Amino acid sequence: MNCTKCKTRAVIDLPRHNAAFCKGCFNVYVHDQVSRAIKSEKMFGKDDRILVAVSGGKDSLALWDILLKMGYKADALYVNLGIGGYSEVSHAKVVKFSETVAAPHSAVLHVHTVEQEAGAGIRELAMLIHRPTCSTCGTIKRYQFNRVALEHKYDVMATGHNLDDEAARLLGNVLRWQEEYLDKQSPSLPASLDGFAKKVKPLFRLSERELAAYSVLNRIDYIVEECPMAKGARTLLYKEVLNRLETESPGTKQAFYCGFLDKQRKPEVSPTTMAEKDQAMLHPCSVCQQPTTAEVCSYCKMMARAKTHSV
Amino acid sequence: MQVQLSHPPRTIEIKGPKKAKDLFKELNLVVEAHLIIRGDELVTEDEMLYDQDQIEIRPVISGGT
Repeated sequence: MNCTKCKTRAVIDLPRHNAAFCKGCFNVYVHDQVSRAIKSEKMFGKDDRILVAVSGGKDSLALWDILLKMGYKADALYVNLGIGGYSEVSHAKVVKFSETVAAPHSAVLHVHTVEQEAGAGIRELAMLIHRPTCSTCGTIKRYQFNRVALEHKYDVMATGHNLDDEAARLLGNVLRWQEEYLDKQSPSLPASLDGFAKKVKPLFRLSERELAAYSVLNRIDYIVEECPMAKGARTLLYKEVLNRLETESPGTKQAFYCGFLDKQRKPEVSPTTMAEKDQAMLHPCSVCQQPTTAEVCSYCKMMARAKTHSV
Repeated sequence: MQVQLSHPPRTIEIKGPKKAKDLFKELNLVVEAHLIIRGDELVTEDEMLYDQDQIEIRPVISGGT
């Protein structure tokens, strides 16, 4: 398989774009998708100070890498959750990336250690308050991220949420009709009031597979191992289902999430009932008199064609 | 060829030559959720893999909540 752009040997194929890319053209594609996301959602400008939430995983480290290479002023925050060996490895990966890739861009890494402030790691805290670990983790990370952004006067906070994350979250919210959460699914959430920093998701146009490929191709040393606390999480099930659909019908995830965003952007028109719509569009078929939008209805056309062929 | 898998980490032996997409089918894995790495290079689905190749099939899905 050859690169769609330069015709050299491709290293990744992207069925949803009906394209394949070599390393160089794939990097251009990734940066272009991030650039389009930043501009279309008015996320930030070149003078803004950005705080990236990094976990040691592929998405957040790729985001930090991309923003720095695109010339943005991006520092990062790592929250050490105290999940035994997993946190030790992820912390080490973040520090290594910070020292080797970010430091030459004069970028700074902030670190918050849950155990130092709370006296226990995330697993113990969740047990103490009888809440699921992932929910406790989310609350702590959102709180610390916002705190550091405000204390250090960052203009915007950026997270590594990708197309798969957003499509899976949307599927979960739609399956249970949790409409109150749909407004919060925008890739750019403004600082709605004092005490809330602006939040953006510049990777929402890129799939999880594309970000893993970007990390491998650019030698970003990320933690491949799944968080031990996420085992059995419902999000993983939604992602699995969406990936099966994507494999059968490329572009499904993008159509699902980006279609939702398009609908959110359109101003609400006055509701029309189905009866009103039908009355405006339908009239009697000139052959059988049953309602149709055309001169002759589909049934009469089909029967006429069948009779022509049988003669 | 030696194929390294994750969750749980293990190495299995698969007979080559074989196209990458056929390896996915044989292992019943979804392409959209994985990358195939030969040595330290990514390969596309139509790439032929041989007995002497060191292959890693890396899952790309992550996340909780």
